[in-house]
Amino acid sequence: MMVLRSLSLATALLGLLIVARAHAQTVVADLSAHEIAITAGFSGTELLLFGATDGEGDVIVVVRGPATTMNVRRKSRILGIWINTESLRFRNVPSFYRVASSRPIADITTEGMRQRHQIGVEAVKAEPARNVTPAKLAEFRAGMTRNKVRQELWDDTPEGVTFLGPKLFRTTIRFPANVPTGVYNVEIFLLKDGREIGGQTTPMRVKKTGVGAAVYDFAHRHAALYGLAAVLVAVAAGWTASTAFRRG
Amino acid sequence: MQIYLPVAELSVNWLVLLGLGGGVGLLSGLFGVGGGFLMTPLLIFIGVPPTIAVGSEAAQIVGSSVSGVLAHWRRGNVDVRMGVVLLVGGLIGSTAGVQLFSFLRNVGQVDLIISIAYVIILGLIGTLMLIESANALRQASKTGSARRGKLHQHIWLHGLPLKLRFPKSKLYISAILPFGIGIGVGILAALMGVGGGFILVPAMIYLLGMPTSVVVGTSLFQIIFVTANVTFLQAFQNQTVDMVLAILLLIGGVIGAQIGARLGQKLRGEQLRGLMALMVVAVALKLAFDLIATPEEMFSMGETERH
Repeated sequence: MMVLRSLSLATALLGLLIVARAHAQTVVADLSAHEIAITAGFSGTELLLFGATDGEGDVIVVVRGPATTMNVRRKSRILGIWINTESLRFRNVPSFYRVASSRPIADITTEGMRQRHQIGVEAVKAEPARNVTPAKLAEFRAGMTRNKVRQELWDDTPEGVTFLGPKLFRTTIRFPANVPTGVYNVEIFLLKDGREIGGQTTPMRVKKTGVGAAVYDFAHRHAALYGLAAVLVAVAAGWTASTAFRRG
Repeated sequence: MQIYLPVAELSVNWLVLLGLGGGVGLLSGLFGVGGGFLMTPLLIFIGVPPTIAVGSEAAQIVGSSVSGVLAHWRRGNVDVRMGVVLLVGGLIGSTAGVQLFSFLRNVGQVDLIISIAYVIILGLIGTLMLIESANALRQASKTGSARRGKLHQHIWLHGLPLKLRFPKSKLYISAILPFGIGIGVGILAALMGVGGGFILVPAMIYLLGMPTSVVVGTSLFQIIFVTANVTFLQAFQNQTVDMVLAILLLIGGVIGAQIGARLGQKLRGEQLRGLMALMVVAVALKLAFDLIATPEEMFSMGETERH
């Protein structure tokens, strides 16, 4: 099994090298899988991203999950109690974000490049739904970032991209158990002297499968039936337990 | 050990859920309460979103109450007539409660209102019960004129129109009072993700004057129907019932409840009530502290839509 996997990896890398040779200053990469299946025992997973560059350079890998609208709320103290008093909505916020790089991001990119390609947690795009003062925007933005990082959905302390020799590189991308479902985008940037000299984008998907997916679909598509089923299952479980205990 | 909860969309240790269900189920069987007032905060504490905790907990209470009521039914400790009057009010109240829950969730204040409701109601009831059981324990040796606490003055409510005979409870009182109690408890049941037994049981003893022997069975009987209504409405309206979560809590819960019901027969009523009062006060104090203490993170967030 292990041998077979290494063999297929080697073949894939060989293929990549050939492709890489074809274009000047190119980066070619692929994921160990393009789909993450959330099953009943799912507790997070890791994907391996491997690739090759044509020529020397630094590599940055950015992973972004499906965009969502987030409502960020701030508490203040009123009559001694902490209450949500202010809120600000952000549109097109990536539900999931990871960045990995071969060297510290600040050393190999410019501010403009980080903003343009959303490299680093601070540069992740988030559009406020209404006009607020820059100070307030910064506070709410920072509050959202802290929450996202705490939930392990955004990560600004990436595991590095490691080079195996001058051209081959690899990195692992960790997905926690609470990974959102949907279509993801993986971007690979090849940089040299603070300039982008190559890049590639590859999609991937996170989806629920098996019993979990069936339950979720049932709950959302046939909500009334699901509600009835939930009540019946609960009653049956209680009845069964009671009967079992009476005999025992 | 991890299991993925499909509707909650998160992964938790299933042994923790079984343990929580078992522990809270034990209390459910012991005191005749659904245990939701402990389970809902505990679920939120282990990271289940409050809305999912409330919805799934309702389903769990249905199951544990069915299991609990059967034990009381066999012993003839259920006043069905009183239960039906209570549950008619309960169905109306809980339906209104689910609507109120949806509204509060939309304006971002549901967590606050839930906490405040817990603090006020648990604090009040817990304190009253503590005083009551302290008096009961002190006067256990004396005979005759045992004082019944200040709630006794509400006895005039029994004289309202629509008087009904409740033979099992040895009562002849107005149906309006239990109906009203049903509505009130129903609203709180839906809003707080509880069965409402912790309010029903004292209300039945102190307000209705029911004999303690039928109180637990009758409250469980009523809770089944009210929480079934809440489960259905939360699933239908808000999609916040995670059956995988509910079933795991149930498995632990029904086992705990059976043990609790047996244990309850060996303990004295005053001790039981005193113990429950202490627990109720403890939960209220913890929640009050959380409302007042400066939070570590001032900002919270919620996903409003997925593109």
